[in-house]
Amino acid sequence: MLCATSRLLAARAASALPAHPRGRGPVPRSRRRELHFPGHPELPPGDLLAGRFAGPSVSTGRRAILRRGRMPPAAGGGLAGSELRPRRGRCGSQAARAAGRDVATETATARSPKRPAPPSSRRFEAAGRWALLALVTLTSFATRFHRLDQPPHICWDETHFGKMGSYYINRTFFFDVHPPLGKMLIGLAGYLSGYDGTFLFQKPGDNYEHHSYMGMRGFCAFLGSMLIPLAYLTVLELSRSLPAALLTAALLTFDTGCLTLSQYILLDPILMFFIMAAMLSMVKYNSCANRPFSAPWWFWLSLTGVNLAGALGVKFVGLFIILQVGWNTLSDLWHLFGDLSLSMVTLGKHLTARILCLIVLPLALYIATYAVHFMVLNKSGPGDGFFSSAFQARLSGNNLHNASIPEHLAYGSVITVKNLRMAIGYLHSHRHFYPEGVGARQQQVTTYLHKDYNNLWIIKKHNSNSDPLDPSHPVEFVRHGDIIRLEHKETSRNLHSHYHEAPLTRKHYQVTGYGINGSGDSNDFWRIEVINRKFGNRIKVLRSRIRLIHLVTGCVLGSSGKVLPKWGWEQLEVTCTPYLKETLSSIWNVEDHINPKLPNISLEVLQPSFPEIMLESHLVMIRGNNGLKPKDNEFTSKPWHWPINFQGLRFSGVNDTDFRVYLLGNPVIWWLNLLSIALYVLSASIFAVAVQRGVHLPVKVEGLSQVLLRGGGQLLFGWMMHYFPFFLMGRVLYFHHYFPAMLFSSMLTGLLWDTLLRLCAWSLASYPLARCVHVLGILTLLLGTAYSFYLFHPLAYGMVGPLAQDPRSPMAGLRWLESWDF
Amino acid sequence: RPPHPTPLEEASSSPGLLFCKMLGFLQHPVMVTAEVNLNMVALTAMGLLSRLWQLAYPRAVVFDEVYYGQYISFYMKRIFFLDGSGPPFGHMLLALGGYLGGFDGNFLWNRIGAEYSSNVPVWSLRLLPALSGALSVPMAYEIVRELGFSHCAATGAALLVLIENALITQSRLMLLESVLIFFNLLAVLSYLKFSNSQKHRPFSPRWWFWLVLTGVACSCAVGIKYVGVFTYLLVLGVAAVHAWHVIGDQTLSNVRVLCHLLARAAALVVLPILVYLLFFYIHLLLLYRSGPHDQIMSSAFQASLEGGLARVTQGQPLEVAFGSQVTLKNVFGQPVPCWLHSHQSTYPMIYENGRGSSHQQQVTCYPFKDVNNWWIVKDPGRHQLVVNNPPRPVRHGDVVQLVHGMTTRLLNTHDVAAPLSPHAQEVSCYVDYNISMPPQNLWRLDIVNRESDTDVWKTILSEVRFVHVNTSAILKLSGVPLPDWGFRQLEVVGEKLFRGYHESTVWNVEEHRYGRSQEQKERELELHSPTQVDISRNLSFMARFSELQWRMLTVRSDDSEHKYSSTPLDWVMLDTNIAYWLHPRTSAQIHLLGNVVIWASASLATLAYALLFVWYLLRRRRRVCDLPEDCWLRWVLAGALCAGGWAVNYLPFFLMEKTLFLYHYLPALTFQILLLPVVLEHVSDHLCRSQLQRSLFTALVVAWFTSACHVSNMLRPLTYGDRPLSPNELKALRWKDSWDILIRRY
Repeated sequence: MLCATSRLLAARAASALPAHPRGRGPVPRSRRRELHFPGHPELPPGDLLAGRFAGPSVSTGRRAILRRGRMPPAAGGGLAGSELRPRRGRCGSQAARAAGRDVATETATARSPKRPAPPSSRRFEAAGRWALLALVTLTSFATRFHRLDQPPHICWDETHFGKMGSYYINRTFFFDVHPPLGKMLIGLAGYLSGYDGTFLFQKPGDNYEHHSYMGMRGFCAFLGSMLIPLAYLTVLELSRSLPAALLTAALLTFDTGCLTLSQYILLDPILMFFIMAAMLSMVKYNSCANRPFSAPWWFWLSLTGVNLAGALGVKFVGLFIILQVGWNTLSDLWHLFGDLSLSMVTLGKHLTARILCLIVLPLALYIATYAVHFMVLNKSGPGDGFFSSAFQARLSGNNLHNASIPEHLAYGSVITVKNLRMAIGYLHSHRHFYPEGVGARQQQVTTYLHKDYNNLWIIKKHNSNSDPLDPSHPVEFVRHGDIIRLEHKETSRNLHSHYHEAPLTRKHYQVTGYGINGSGDSNDFWRIEVINRKFGNRIKVLRSRIRLIHLVTGCVLGSSGKVLPKWGWEQLEVTCTPYLKETLSSIWNVEDHINPKLPNISLEVLQPSFPEIMLESHLVMIRGNNGLKPKDNEFTSKPWHWPINFQGLRFSGVNDTDFRVYLLGNPVIWWLNLLSIALYVLSASIFAVAVQRGVHLPVKVEGLSQVLLRGGGQLLFGWMMHYFPFFLMGRVLYFHHYFPAMLFSSMLTGLLWDTLLRLCAWSLASYPLARCVHVLGILTLLLGTAYSFYLFHPLAYGMVGPLAQDPRSPMAGLRWLESWDF
Repeated sequence: RPPHPTPLEEASSSPGLLFCKMLGFLQHPVMVTAEVNLNMVALTAMGLLSRLWQLAYPRAVVFDEVYYGQYISFYMKRIFFLDGSGPPFGHMLLALGGYLGGFDGNFLWNRIGAEYSSNVPVWSLRLLPALSGALSVPMAYEIVRELGFSHCAATGAALLVLIENALITQSRLMLLESVLIFFNLLAVLSYLKFSNSQKHRPFSPRWWFWLVLTGVACSCAVGIKYVGVFTYLLVLGVAAVHAWHVIGDQTLSNVRVLCHLLARAAALVVLPILVYLLFFYIHLLLLYRSGPHDQIMSSAFQASLEGGLARVTQGQPLEVAFGSQVTLKNVFGQPVPCWLHSHQSTYPMIYENGRGSSHQQQVTCYPFKDVNNWWIVKDPGRHQLVVNNPPRPVRHGDVVQLVHGMTTRLLNTHDVAAPLSPHAQEVSCYVDYNISMPPQNLWRLDIVNRESDTDVWKTILSEVRFVHVNTSAILKLSGVPLPDWGFRQLEVVGEKLFRGYHESTVWNVEEHRYGRSQEQKERELELHSPTQVDISRNLSFMARFSELQWRMLTVRSDDSEHKYSSTPLDWVMLDTNIAYWLHPRTSAQIHLLGNVVIWASASLATLAYALLFVWYLLRRRRRVCDLPEDCWLRWVLAGALCAGGWAVNYLPFFLMEKTLFLYHYLPALTFQILLLPVVLEHVSDHLCRSQLQRSLFTALVVAWFTSACHVSNMLRPLTYGDRPLSPNELKALRWKDSWDILIRRY
């Protein structure tokens, strides 16, 4: 920012001049550029005059300033001067578009010999383009569907996503760290193709036998094949150059990594499809910018929104494309905002249209996928334990479903207490002591994820041991702030804590079961508190969030989440923490509640509303994602491994007798991509500095530099957005996380090489072979990638026989890096 | 354009004249014209007074002094240590104070509140942080001046820094935040001075001086704490934008632009790196003795320290030969550094979970030195366990057997699941039970850091992998502690699914000697005797630096929760505090507690700045210029440095996973305080339309400033801890429920 904004503003002022009609070619504009430079204080007198005769919109602006009386005359002069700076920004984008058109017509003329192309040849031209697109699509489908049924057993993560597809067909509730759309689509594809959801998907390598799996694989392969036409169209739109688009399509078609990833039941092809579709619709909609509010404009804008919802609905990685589209929209709005010919009403319309299509529409669709998700999955299943008690009440088959229990907690009630943090479970105790050397030798207290009789506790008054269930006693409710005792029902020992260090978390106190038949000491007293409620209120089952504070030491009952050793049956540690910070692990709720003296109410009233379910499932997913931490001594993939294609992923098979599939990018393509990024940064900065230094570029070079800076810039930004955030992530990362970024970098490669070769051809224009340079260059690249695909295709389509280090192996000599193990 | 030749240049044309000129002072008196800004002098004096007053009180360990103090002691005793919390420059500055005060390092830093013994020069140890805290006051003044705002605003900024209680507390103790803030401010100030002299006299000595100082200050800030890197990046960013304008300035020739860019790159990128390396150079120069943290470092590094491994490994033969006796250390060293080990006990026939084992002799990794860590490298083709004359060195690719020294059993692995990592192979020392389980004890040596394929296996320097010949499994430390039957030593396995390089599969020879004894009895005696004899300390500085830096970044401190830890959200409105010290008898206490009025108004000012900035920006876009151009540029630059400085020093904490404390916010707060008078002056100059409004606003500002002073004065006892307060007074000071003020129960 800093001074740059002022200069931008100056450029804006110039763009407002109505003297520049849109359709004019770039020639006069570049001449203007040559006359006066940004930052140059003195201006040629002719332009100064032009500035004085500025259009009406500028004078309104100035009038507004004068009215405010804040602008000294000298500054006004300065402003007038600044209005004369050359046009950039939006007119620049027009220039790019114009230049792009130039390039397009140029390629057209390259094909048709005569300059004014006759209509028939133009029709021929259009037919050729369609034919080319069809060819690209066909190749892509052919490569993706070739040997799709091989291997006929579960590969890698199919075991998860296939299983989740089955859960949808069986309507069983499950938990996953990704949003539901991708798995719902897989489930739908399976359902439509006649898969009945009975296959167990237990572990990789299990044979599918008679179960129909081709529908699900075919669906993923279909979306994976669509990536190539999408990339082709995107590059075509950005560069207006067929060779660039063709090169991109070849890079992606012949990449073994993309191919492998598209052939199995995975979320990645679905995610990448939505990302690429969003990118294409964004680019298309950008090029409709000169016809706002027209039908195609609306179409592409809303399609962008739909695809954004799709991307986010499959994996949270979709957030990156949302950020990219958001950034693009903001800069677009900023340009419109600086256009003084647009009234505030028009701007308001623009803003509303974008809010509607890019925020409201995707949000509605995203929420709708969740609505479907919760509607479909209505049976209790393996995901229940991850969710709160109230949530479980929704699921049929869960013991909280249609249950009726007393609403308010009373003395004498038998309860289970559940920790609010995910995957901690119920407060639990059993007839086993802490071993020698671990605090006091008293009964263990742990948390346990499964339902069990040992989870039951009785609430008692701290000072009387009389049985509150005696019918002569009146019912007495437990209130916020009361001092209570919790007696373990099975062993009749009290929940107890004291100044001994906890078994694993040394800074916390140990929690034990103490006393005989309910009589203990003052270390058994706990104050029960409800979070965010007033003292004296009753405590609600399921909904009240409670804390138990130890009266003597002042510590809070919590679970550290650490797994106890063998002596603790690998249940989780319970401690009493002296740090009174409010964390979820020290907050509990009451789940089961048995009290014969109280009237039962149906749990229906306690069922959470839809927004609450949404919120909870998101919290659980985010925590689940953060919980995927790499363990010590585990080989983990690091983000810097990815672009250099350092290491692949084994999809299937280990030994030389197995059928092996290995996810690895085609090294020729990947290393070319890496080189291209460096080359791009170099060439783009050369052009940027040249423009900033006011160097006069020839018309053709100017057009190419615009393609490079704008089109390439968008692609580079996409690559960065889909790659760099991974460096900040703490969770376990895998090689396949790089593939969305790889799509962008391949598109950049296509665009870059085409542009560079054109520049080469232009600089050699005096030689007769100039045009050949371009054609030959592109052809070499195409054939080179195709040949490398021929070499490496067994990686994706499957290999048998000895491993690559064996000279008899078909892959012998192709293990270029020692870290590849196929 | 060069002016007419100056008299001096004329003089230089003839030596005689030059001599006359040199004697010129005989004809004219020597004049020194000095301008003294009394404002600055007064501010500096007040700063010194507030920070240095009763500096040696309390004479007890206060809060994190217990942490930094131990490193000061290490410096004094020249003992090597490793601290992952930050680069060594900050520790060295504190140690400099100790050095100047004649501290001998003899104090046990073990408890907060412990009384200092008489040999600890408390005053001089606390002097450097206090001086940097005091100098921050005039620097605040200078920065606001250089940003182009009035003397009044500048004085206001300096006074706010002066009376801010949290800054006072933090700078009066042996802590590093005040030094970090000092260098942050110095970097910003010198960059501003540099960029202001850019317009008039580029490449003048003054220009160079400030440019170089910027670079040095940045690297000092990074050298104190890693978070200093954020301010460095901010300054780099602003410098990059300014350099971009220089590129766009077409009045300059291409060569001149290139000179500008190169000068900036040299001073702002290359120089800081060199200075940073210099810190480590001095650090390693000073700490040459071995100490308690040696174990974390590699054997080669330890061998370069006096006393530690060097004592043991001195005079070891360098090249491992067939017949060598060696100890093998795992390079990964997680969870603890350990050596390959075996002992008489065997794997239990049946594990608890019902799986079976080979019942052969256990092989583990043991974190203590032990005679059972010795292995003999044997040539599979020979029976002898002694070294030939001349020794035949082992090379990359050779097949070897490893014989356990005390039991003479051979290292073996086979297709039996390992005890705790069932996907990997069990590693054992082979015992022949005659049950058709043949020995598979051949290992191929793979030197990972070899330069050629015929490299020799070297002691300490070579990192090697052992690849099992029969199954291609790799000897690996899985790091899981074995149950009681394995004496809680760490499990060692043969990894079948080998994926790329990982340090846990790599071993190096630490202790080494040529075996001489033919008989087992003699050999046992030989193994029990200590290794004698001279390894050259030829590890280069860059190798030591990169290892040390890498370990510092990766050493994992256990994420312990702390009573006074807080989250970044608590900081903006000062919802938390830290009790630093409590007098052993009375209720006098020191707290890290800021001036609430300043914290709240600084946060409000940041918000106001952001809103005003967006408002102006949008209006300028629609060609409505509320501010004159130069005023706008000043406003933008002030925001970029002050609001930007706050943002870069604050927002990254949201992404950090370590335990955070309130004092982490102080660098950000300082920048926020600088923004406050800037916003106030702007409001007064540009938003108050009439004289009346302006006077009213001034009155408000005066009232607000008075209240800030009042609050500062009220909190003074908690800042200095100089007088005991009654329980009622303490209760009255507990303005927020979340503040933790200690009240003694009598």
